[in-house]
Amino acid sequence: MSEYIVSVKTNVAVWLTLLVLTGVTAGIAFIDLGPFNTIVALVIATFKALLVTLIFMHVKYASERLVKVVVISALFFLLLLLGLSLADYTTRLL
Amino acid sequence: MADSPMAVEQHNPALQHHFADMEQQRQASSLGMWLFLATEIMFFGGMFCAYLIYRYWYYPEFAAGSNSLDITLGTVNTAVLICSSLTVVLAVHAAQLGKRQAQVIYLALTLVLGLAFLGVKGIEWTSKFKEHHIPGPSFHFEGAVPGHPDEPVDQRHAQIFFSLYFAMTGMHALHMVIGVGVFSYLLYYAWKGRYTPDYHTPLENSGLYWHFVDIIWIYLFPLLYLIDRKK
Repeated sequence: MSEYIVSVKTNVAVWLTLLVLTGVTAGIAFIDLGPFNTIVALVIATFKALLVTLIFMHVKYASERLVKVVVISALFFLLLLLGLSLADYTTRLL
Repeated sequence: MADSPMAVEQHNPALQHHFADMEQQRQASSLGMWLFLATEIMFFGGMFCAYLIYRYWYYPEFAAGSNSLDITLGTVNTAVLICSSLTVVLAVHAAQLGKRQAQVIYLALTLVLGLAFLGVKGIEWTSKFKEHHIPGPSFHFEGAVPGHPDEPVDQRHAQIFFSLYFAMTGMHALHMVIGVGVFSYLLYYAWKGRYTPDYHTPLENSGLYWHFVDIIWIYLFPLLYLIDRKK
């Protein structure tokens, strides 16, 4: 089997990082950073999502390139949906 | 086939006849699961898109609505889901190493954590119901916009926040319910010893699903609970 086995140590480290980042997100929400509150929260969320995808979901270790192509194209189309919709709605002169 | 000399050759009983070997079968399954998750990303993406547009239009009501949610329960639930992702990873790890007992324990823990998440969600929804925050004829929101306690809140705009809140957390919870069902099935067959180091694709793919549902919550938590929390 070419399937990669991630060590328990790595998994536990990722888990602890995710828990700490959850606490950080909730804590930072109470500090006034102006518009950066949302940006910081989303950057942390994206970092957490990356950790889960790459390590827990084994994308980092996937030997099949097709899996990576599917993941990247799914994200590309999501960004297309969100990006173009917002480019429209946030620039309308009503 | 029983008479042919090929049948004498040992092969894994889990290998389907249309695959050349176990590795090819595993890769095909994994790719199929990722394609399914790609459609799920677009499914939730539509709701995230609606959320972003309405949040841009009705920010004061979104901030007021967000502040009425229970941040402690939201944070606890995020932690519960992250712990359940760890137990899923450890269950897959146990299957890779052929440890049946550890597999069963971690799958059972995953189920317990998944049900705990749903329980907390139930508590939150019940209190929303009592507060008349469910969109519909009896909807009434008396919360204030953060920083502007005297300004009246537009009820229709607030209703849109709560519609999105219930649609998004509701669809997420439905995915959790399906996940609990899938993991009950896995627990039964793990206990029966079906998953071995050579064959544990159902465990692996269900794990991908569980992690995906976790990622959705990782985004829902800051987007729904943490708008304008600063005093």
